[in-house]
Amino acid sequence: MLAVIPMWYLVDRASGEGWGAVIDEVWRRRTFDLVTRSVGLAVTVTVICVVVGVTAAWLVARTDLPGRRFIQVALALPLAIPSYLSAFAWVSWRPSLAGFGGAVLVLVATSYPYVYLPTLAALRRLDPAHEEVARSLGRRPMQVAVQLTLRQLRPAITAGALLVVLYVLSDFGAVATMRYEVFTWVIFGAYRAGFNPSRAAILSCVLIGVAMIVVAAESRARGRAEVARIGSGTPRTARPLPLGPGRIPALSFVSAILVPAVVFPVARILYWMQTSESELSPLGEVASALGSTLALSLLAAVAAILVALPVGILAARFRSMTVRTIERSTYVAHALPGIVIAISLVFIGARVVRPIYQRTPLLVIGYVVLFLPLAVGAVRTSVEQSPIRLEEVARSLGTTSSGVVRRVTAPLAMPGIAAGATMVFLATMKELPATLVLRPTGTETLALRLWNFTTVSDYSAAAPYALALMVFAAVPTALLGGALSWRRSS
Amino acid sequence: MRLKNLSVIVAALVLGACSDGGDTEPAVAGPGTTGASAAPTAAATGTVTVYSGRSESLVKPLLDAFTAETGITVEFRAGDSGELAAQILTEGDASPADLFFSQDAGALGAVERAGLMSVLPASTVDAVPSAYRSKAGMWVGTSGRARVVLYNPTQAPTPPTGIDGLLDPQWKGKIGFAPTNASWQSFVTGLRVVRGEVAAKAWLTSFAAQDPVAFEKNGAVRDAVNSGEVALGLINHYYLFEKIAADGASAVVAKNQFIGGGDPGGLVNVAGVGILSSSDNKPAAQTLVDYLLSATGQDYFANKTYEYPLAGGGSPADGLPTLEELQPPKIDLSDLASIAITQELLADVGLLTA
Repeated sequence: MLAVIPMWYLVDRASGEGWGAVIDEVWRRRTFDLVTRSVGLAVTVTVICVVVGVTAAWLVARTDLPGRRFIQVALALPLAIPSYLSAFAWVSWRPSLAGFGGAVLVLVATSYPYVYLPTLAALRRLDPAHEEVARSLGRRPMQVAVQLTLRQLRPAITAGALLVVLYVLSDFGAVATMRYEVFTWVIFGAYRAGFNPSRAAILSCVLIGVAMIVVAAESRARGRAEVARIGSGTPRTARPLPLGPGRIPALSFVSAILVPAVVFPVARILYWMQTSESELSPLGEVASALGSTLALSLLAAVAAILVALPVGILAARFRSMTVRTIERSTYVAHALPGIVIAISLVFIGARVVRPIYQRTPLLVIGYVVLFLPLAVGAVRTSVEQSPIRLEEVARSLGTTSSGVVRRVTAPLAMPGIAAGATMVFLATMKELPATLVLRPTGTETLALRLWNFTTVSDYSAAAPYALALMVFAAVPTALLGGALSWRRSS
Repeated sequence: MRLKNLSVIVAALVLGACSDGGDTEPAVAGPGTTGASAAPTAAATGTVTVYSGRSESLVKPLLDAFTAETGITVEFRAGDSGELAAQILTEGDASPADLFFSQDAGALGAVERAGLMSVLPASTVDAVPSAYRSKAGMWVGTSGRARVVLYNPTQAPTPPTGIDGLLDPQWKGKIGFAPTNASWQSFVTGLRVVRGEVAAKAWLTSFAAQDPVAFEKNGAVRDAVNSGEVALGLINHYYLFEKIAADGASAVVAKNQFIGGGDPGGLVNVAGVGILSSSDNKPAAQTLVDYLLSATGQDYFANKTYEYPLAGGGSPADGLPTLEELQPPKIDLSDLASIAITQELLADVGLLTA
């Protein structure tokens, strides 16, 4: 329901203009060109993210890469860095980076963890016995990785890739800073220069259409392979594959990810702070913005998980048309820029639920609509990986359906639930457009303060907020990255 | 929410009552508000909710001074002018906003056309020259911003003094602009109004052939001119001063070339305010509008944000040519509302985003 509200509003608003206007808008040459560019960018970024994310996860989970404990955590850190910030760090250093290449660089650097983390989680949960059997039958390590492991990882990889595609389609901050014109430019143009929300609604419907195709393609690519470990399996971790002389290229690969994705943006922010001409913001203001950021993010994470649990469990266990429609609709909203979702909620908020308009509850609902797929995907993949047999056994022993969910399904899926909650938490910390429109008056978040200073080009004043955002987002990110390595032994 | 509002109002009433004893002056005595029909501004109290397309850093100090002087609390919600206009249009009659403070006349016009603004008293409207306000008296400009050619003196020792100079072959590939930005599109709309559709299209076609470099916003254009990435930038005059305030004068080499003599490149647009018809505290909103037009407000815009004061005959900051010297093109800002046609034209000539 929640996720459908914005879409209902958009279609209503768009059709209110008359279908003639809709067709005119959609069949413009420019619309077509920009959709093509958006899709091209999304495909490029996603392919690179899959290669980078899966390789990195495999290196960390299955090889004797030196320092892999630390690397495992470090590789998750880009989730703590907003793409608009990373983009600005690059362009302000080398303006010539602007364009397709720069956009790809920044979007890959900030969104590969969406593939890396679920893949790593899935790798940790795979029964290594399969791989050992394959190897004992004479397959070489690389053959095993590609032919067997990769196949078993397919649901986790496609789920991550889907998030990346949708994120890239909806992104405006990074492509705007990188001056790569894509479809979201027109949507923002309709608001910012055209002052025409109806037109923005029509254009958003185009994005919804593209997203529906992508989501359908993903559920096809996800396949129906059984990925749950049957029987008790073994609680031990797989024996790491010795890299030998392969260590050097492996370590260079990891640095080639970490330097642009983490080291560089952090270094730039420290540089801005140090070159400050204007006074640094008082610590108290930073602290209060941090406080409300953390509180809102926590609320959003909890709310998103409460909504995602039933959807994720249903999607993992039942493949009916209704369930699939529900699950898909939560994803489609993720392809819409935050401002579009925000304006849709303004419509509902100002007219239908006025008492919570520009109050915390509606803002949190906004976050849930925006970030639900992050939670749904994580819950679904981890439920899929826990054997349905256990639920059947519990039920045969007389446990009620809700008892099964509470006592069997949810605990087994706990790593996924925690991962989903953390991803929503992080996305909320960085969120700007919906926060701007829906927040209670007077509430300041780190992202809002950051925006306030960057709109007047005061980067040194913005730097402390950027730093606080990244440091405090890094803590849950590190926990998320780290939690995947220490599996509870039975 | 009602409860909270109520308590704020009660608190303000109490405060107002306390201060009435010592202070017999009206809260605001702005120039031009002396007409007999002026709203009873001295009595206004409570809270005024402002949707502001102007950022907090730019206007918050002025609004704080307003609160200190009048006891009226300002609930300040910043955003992008166009997005806030979309928000107001979507909220309709249910908007919690009392006042829309926009960075751009176009956004004010969009809200006005939707019938969501109320008429300002004649005394307020008349304080601002007719070129810088709504014809129907729905909004007034609070400060002016001139389009300029920003130039890098090393790369462009002799910058063009009009838009036709930009078409000189020496600037090919060296001009930065912000095609999706409202102020650029207002300029193009002004060009259409001044020169007519055919000539405007001809100019834009030649301009597109110059391979200008597109940036997402004016600030980015300015930074590119300052760093020498491009030689010229088509932006508003005050971006230069923003940069000087943030980075220090020594870090800024770029300079403004003002465009005068009625050339379409010298368009003067406004930031302005209007009161929403759904406002539940119009007296307080009116008090704030008059404060922005008062000597204090106008002086703030002239000297803190380096814009052109519009009411009360104040002069701009040192070093800026006056509006009389500039002779901006004579355009009715309401005519700048035809943005949709401008956007089609820009798409036609391949300069951008439909």
